[in-house]
Amino acid sequence: MIGRIGRPARAGALARVARPGEGELRKLARSVALAAGAAFAAGGLLATSGYLISRAAQRPPILLLMVTIVSVRAFGLTRAVLRYGERLSSHDLALRQLGRLRLRFFRAVVPLAPGAGARGSGELLSRFVADVDAVKDLYLRVVIPALVALLVLAGASLAAWLMLPAAGLVLLGSLALATVALPWLSGTVASRTARRQAPLRARLTGELIETIDGASELALAGRSHAYLERLRRSDAQLARVARGDALASSAAAAAGGLLAGAGVLTLLCVAIPAVHAGLLSGVLLAALVFLALAAYDSILPLSAAARSLRVCATAAARLHELAAQPAIADPAVPRHVGGAGALSLEHVCFRYAPEQPWVLEDLELRLAPGEHVALTGASGAGKSTLGDLLVRFGDPVDGRVTLDGVDLRELAQGELRAHVALCAQDCHLFNTTIRENLLIGRRDASDAELLAALAVVELDGWALALPQGLDTLVGQNGELVSGGQRRRLALARALLSSASVLILDEPTAHLDAPLARRVMRGVLAACEGRALLAITHDPAAGGGRFDRVLELRGGRVRIAADESSPGHPRTACA
Amino acid sequence: MAPPVDRRLLGESAPAKTHLVVAGALGTLSAVLIVAQAALLAYVIDRAAMRRATLGALEGELLALAAVLCARALIDGGFELSGRWGAARIMSELRGRLAGRLLLENPEQRPSGARTGELANTAVQGVEALEAYFAGYLPQLVLATVVPLAVIVWVTGADPVAAGILALTVPLLVLFMVLIGRGARAQAQARWRTLGLLGAHFLDVVQGLATLRAYNREDAQERTLAQVGERYRGETMATLGTAFMSALVLELCAMIGTALVAATIGVQLVDGALGLQAGLTVLLLAPELYGPLRLVGQQFHASADAATASARIFQTLDSPCALHHAAGALRPPSPALSPVRFEAVSFRYPGRAEPALERLELELRAGAITAIVGPSGAGKSTLARLLMRLADPTAGRIACGGVDLRELDLEAWRSQIAWVPQRPTLFSGTIAENIALCRPDASAAEIRAAAVAAGAGDFVAALPQGLRTPVGDGARRLSAGQAQRVALARAFLADRPLLLLDEPTAHLDEASARTISETVARLAHGRTALLIAHDPLLTELADHVHALGVGQPETSESVLARAPGAAARLVGA
Repeated sequence: MIGRIGRPARAGALARVARPGEGELRKLARSVALAAGAAFAAGGLLATSGYLISRAAQRPPILLLMVTIVSVRAFGLTRAVLRYGERLSSHDLALRQLGRLRLRFFRAVVPLAPGAGARGSGELLSRFVADVDAVKDLYLRVVIPALVALLVLAGASLAAWLMLPAAGLVLLGSLALATVALPWLSGTVASRTARRQAPLRARLTGELIETIDGASELALAGRSHAYLERLRRSDAQLARVARGDALASSAAAAAGGLLAGAGVLTLLCVAIPAVHAGLLSGVLLAALVFLALAAYDSILPLSAAARSLRVCATAAARLHELAAQPAIADPAVPRHVGGAGALSLEHVCFRYAPEQPWVLEDLELRLAPGEHVALTGASGAGKSTLGDLLVRFGDPVDGRVTLDGVDLRELAQGELRAHVALCAQDCHLFNTTIRENLLIGRRDASDAELLAALAVVELDGWALALPQGLDTLVGQNGELVSGGQRRRLALARALLSSASVLILDEPTAHLDAPLARRVMRGVLAACEGRALLAITHDPAAGGGRFDRVLELRGGRVRIAADESSPGHPRTACA
Repeated sequence: MAPPVDRRLLGESAPAKTHLVVAGALGTLSAVLIVAQAALLAYVIDRAAMRRATLGALEGELLALAAVLCARALIDGGFELSGRWGAARIMSELRGRLAGRLLLENPEQRPSGARTGELANTAVQGVEALEAYFAGYLPQLVLATVVPLAVIVWVTGADPVAAGILALTVPLLVLFMVLIGRGARAQAQARWRTLGLLGAHFLDVVQGLATLRAYNREDAQERTLAQVGERYRGETMATLGTAFMSALVLELCAMIGTALVAATIGVQLVDGALGLQAGLTVLLLAPELYGPLRLVGQQFHASADAATASARIFQTLDSPCALHHAAGALRPPSPALSPVRFEAVSFRYPGRAEPALERLELELRAGAITAIVGPSGAGKSTLARLLMRLADPTAGRIACGGVDLRELDLEAWRSQIAWVPQRPTLFSGTIAENIALCRPDASAAEIRAAAVAAGAGDFVAALPQGLRTPVGDGARRLSAGQAQRVALARAFLADRPLLLLDEPTAHLDEASARTISETVARLAHGRTALLIAHDPLLTELADHVHALGVGQPETSESVLARAPGAAARLVGA
């Protein structure tokens, strides 16, 4: 997949990433100015001190040397200070870019959820942290060094030309050769490895995450050694690519030295006869050679810049490829609904891909405002898919889903989800406090409201008994609380939401039967006045208080056969 | 030197030692060539500028200069190559040790803070930071030690006064580097923590993206992300400000040193005490003396990052193991034949005030099914962990056939247990490979039979690629119920004497749950089984039901005792 990203795609992606954000252009200009200033000061320092020594060897009165001595010191101090400023300025720019890029690609993947999540957290983590980190270096390691090298190339050649025109031309030629050849060389050799390293790292990270997560299961299965071996293989593959990269960069490092050496030698071969012929003052010879040496110091980093360019371009292309995946979009002119909360599925057909079997087929389901319905069905019958369609985490292939008579596709997703809240089966608990996790349901809920919601799921006593109460951290994926507590916290979060329709997917999983019954009844009571669709394999937990119990079978909804519902249905079946 | 070479890394890593030797040899050679280049260049310029020598007269020196320049270029390449190759080997070695530690020695261990993303990030990205250390920083450190020595020795011959000045400024520089380096190191550690938290935070947010969207919270999360990023930038800039400050001070020191040398040379030149050639050589060598020192300072922040990264890996390697590996390693008795007894077992998770289990008494009778019921958080899963020896009791003991589990061979004990966890992990690979986790040599027919037995046959058959469907990281995501069936199929195929099922029907509909419970009953026949269950269908199977209370587990046996023949009846049916 990555290998197929062509050069134009990478260039395009890079161009979009390179477009500076607000205020970044000014910071870029400042960084380049500071860097070029430092480079010129370095050249000036070496050239003037070479001149100083040569002039001193002619034993002139010491006063004649004062101007040169002062300028040597000025150049030295300027160089140090400018370099410090340039480093701070360019790194600040890179970090600003990192923040901007991270936000931008976060925004890009938001519409892809929950589909994007299926790509695997390991790969996503690697993409976002590594690729965005790589792209942030574009200015710091590529743009700034390249611009500085060009300025130095022009400035040094001009200075040499003023001393001896032939020397200026030689320096221009040899610096230009290095400017073109070095990046080309290192870039070409590294491009192959750069393209291969990121996916290998992603795979290794993904494998590490799943092996760490499943380490206990592997230990029990007796497969720890086998999976360690698998990690070692991926590791060795990455190491092999890294060695190739090392070979390329060391060849480029040697080539850089060779080109610089050849340049200095050529310059000597032009300048020495010129001194002999009286075309060049002897005191300037050292200045000329020192100037060339300083100029190469600014050109040599281009090797590394070219390698960084490849890395940035590949990462940028991959990020854009991810962002370019089809996402569910809001309509241009969204309609609005009152939010009474009448959901209906009309002739809905759904499958994940054209070559896959239908999950839902010609499905009809109506949920009246305030109605409480339990939906059961065998695992894999499409219950959770149905839940996703109700909040537009997917669109039906055929048929339509409406809220208060309006097709969901004509609503803004934000408005839809303000009216219809889904508590999915794999509902995520964030690695923060109980309070923050609950507030996701409703931002402005008071502590009293939080505790009331916890009371419904019988967690209020537990939460208050914790040393830090609602400020207790739940850990990664809620690992510091038990499976049942995790489920109930997610449930409390859904109850807090002010939506008029709640879709709860397996609200009582992981709970023992008596607790499941109490929680389900509490939820039903708390949902008085709003519609509830409980996707559950245990409708009996409702104690017959559901208005209807439906079963999803073969992609269609039926009235549950063993509808033992001894309760008193408030509405007739649809 | 500012940051000492990480002794731990060099002391424990063989590739690191090899690499250090190579770097030392290359550095010494490089120092000699640097002096030779300066001397030759100064000679040529002196002859050409002062005595108007022709190219022909300087032919030999120019050829020698060309050779020296070539050799220096090759050494630069050699440094790069040896450094990066060494780094790659060290990286692999460290990752291997980390993975080995987590996989073989202590599977339940996650480093304090317990974030998988953070740990994986450190193991891949963090260890990569060592590359900057070994390929960039370490060669500079060698050069910074060797080159100043060579330069001072040579300059002493040419100009003792200048050599004296150089020799005086070098310790001054080193002193500054140490003083500034300390502050930068502490800040680099703080930055690494931020970076790790940022990675874990990002993973958390991405994993919960669907949840955020379901509640219209994605915009708010965007703001949080921006705030966290801004904090990261602030902290990083503070570190860099200090790190670059050290470079500034070094550069100013080098500048003053060079200026002093230049002034001395100038005075001596004007006095006629020194020739141009010697003066030029000293002038050319002065920057070469300070250069490596300066570069060491410049790469300090990279090296501090690497040192902190390796420290994090070592911290994981060093964290205490909750398991007591027995030296005796007895062959375990079969739990299908001998009872397993929990004798006054207590367990407390590290860092938790409340014990997860306290003085638990429980007997798993051989060949019988014991069900554990109890409210969420009562310690049911902890009990399972102790039984599998993923952790050992903090007090009391668990014995099989009268032998403490801690005296048994760990792998042999675990190989007797088939485990279906509450949230099974699917490893990247095919469904068949996942089912065959415990028996990778199982035939396709056996795997299919296990899938059918676990009730996974239908959904697998509906997939276009069937059992060969890839799952796990980056592939198809199975529903919770489907994953549970795959894990059940795993246990069925494993065919082990002790069965340990953690709510195997939690995600299943009633019809499937009934099928599964019947299969569990069949499978449990002739084995010892521990069922953690809410489902009455499962507790009905049990010969004994043991209730765990919250916090204070009850010790009474068979609270919900059933007719002992319940399981037998089902099997017989």
